[in-house]
Amino acid sequence: MSEFLFLYRGGDSSGSASPEEMQQTMQKWVAWMKALGDGGNLKAIGNPLEPSGKVVKGKQKSAVTDGPYAEAKDLVGGYTLVEAGDINQAAELAWGCPIFETGGFVEVRPIRQINM
Amino acid sequence: MEPRAVELDEHLFRHEAGRMVAALTRIFGVHNLALAEDVVQDAFCRALEVWKFRGVPENPAAWLMATAKHRAIDVLRRERTVRTFAPELGRMLESEWTLAPAVHDLFGPNAIQDDELRMMFSCCHPRLQEPAQIALILHILCGFSVREVASAFLSSKAAIEKRITRGKKVLAGSKKLFELNGAGDFSARLSAVHRALYLLFNEGYHGASAESAVRTELCGEALRLAGLLRRHPLASTPATLALGALMCLHAARLPGRVNASGDLNSLFEQDRSQWDANLAAEGQRLLDLSASGSELTEYHVEAAIASVHARSLSTEDTDWERIVALYDTLLAIRPSPVIALNRAIAIAQHQGPERGLEAIQAIADLHRLADYPFYPATLGELELRSGRPEIACKHFHTARKLARNPMERRFVERRIAACGN
Repeated sequence: MSEFLFLYRGGDSSGSASPEEMQQTMQKWVAWMKALGDGGNLKAIGNPLEPSGKVVKGKQKSAVTDGPYAEAKDLVGGYTLVEAGDINQAAELAWGCPIFETGGFVEVRPIRQINM
Repeated sequence: MEPRAVELDEHLFRHEAGRMVAALTRIFGVHNLALAEDVVQDAFCRALEVWKFRGVPENPAAWLMATAKHRAIDVLRRERTVRTFAPELGRMLESEWTLAPAVHDLFGPNAIQDDELRMMFSCCHPRLQEPAQIALILHILCGFSVREVASAFLSSKAAIEKRITRGKKVLAGSKKLFELNGAGDFSARLSAVHRALYLLFNEGYHGASAESAVRTELCGEALRLAGLLRRHPLASTPATLALGALMCLHAARLPGRVNASGDLNSLFEQDRSQWDANLAAEGQRLLDLSASGSELTEYHVEAAIASVHARSLSTEDTDWERIVALYDTLLAIRPSPVIALNRAIAIAQHQGPERGLEAIQAIADLHRLADYPFYPATLGELELRSGRPEIACKHFHTARKLARNPMERRFVERRIAACGN
């Protein structure tokens, strides 16, 4: 088994969604996460990320700026650590994510294996 | 590690939306309704983000309410110099010493229940027409989006948007939420609330929207809001109880009203074993409780009619004579050609189809039924029973042209087919 990081990008569900629609979206997420766990693919459920923050770059302290660091449609909204046989299986698992219904996407990144 | 799969109550978000908006509007003032709605939307976004990963908390409603409360305190602190909030709370919200405790009290469970009622009464403002009152109630207290209200009424989104926007303007202009202290125009406003809830229920029961899920939801909302009224000592009048009885007794028949293929079943075709016995019993209990005081309302009489049906094992077993008498009483309280038509149907059951047809001809303002599909459909039914299928068929064809939705159309088409045999 290898480990993969799922980065949830975009798909901000706020805005014009009605309470009923938001409840349905939320329930789909909980069901999806549970299915990942039931399948033995969930290494760490991860966390949601605040939409705001700071960007730090360069050597000068003046290079610290307020986020966002990407356009809203690409913004990382959270992450999960997944276990899968290979990248293809990991990508397959990501297909079930409810984020697609709200216009977002999942970035699947293999965790680099380091043999020491 | 993985989120708990706590089953959420159906419509929890929708119902909590109504409760939160009502509580926040009480604090922010009715002129800041839009701000209250923003805070609520914010609380839902927060819940969505966190619950996705952490699962649904033990008490999701309390979680949402606490989130809304904290956001409210933030907003009050940040904006108290630039906005005016609820004038009657004035000083309490201005001082840092009293702000958080005051908001805390205003979010207590009893306080919120009163807020929902205040909002319900406020939505039934006399300057608003009944359809606007109902749209506002659905939007603000039941958490339906504009699009969801529009689909429930088979209306365009633009038309409902306009209705709700105007309704909110009237609300904002009313300066403060309606006070439930029994003074002044309380009983007049309570009557308006009864009427709005009655119409909301009817929209679900008979209304335009053919999709059964929508219909059941509207009936469910009317039942829920009528239940809220009953829990308030001043609002729990005999008329309120009778209205609740009427809704329960009718709703008990909902499972039999539409068959497996989504077609409308008339009372005569319904499988009575599908009726909800618990709801019927609750309706009967409320009807018994409503029999106090001297006022006999239309809700009392309609509930009594529904109760006769609920207690009958079949249409043959039904006490039609009593139903005719109840319709006479109902007509005296609220003259209406639709009620007179229903009375004629009861007469036909009691004394035969010819007497029923005579009763229809005797309806005073019969012309007002010209566009009502069940007028020709009833004529057809009674002609068919009198052994005149050709005439019956003509009436059913007229009814088909008047049908307001596919469900009504299929119902009439089945009757047309029956004329052929």
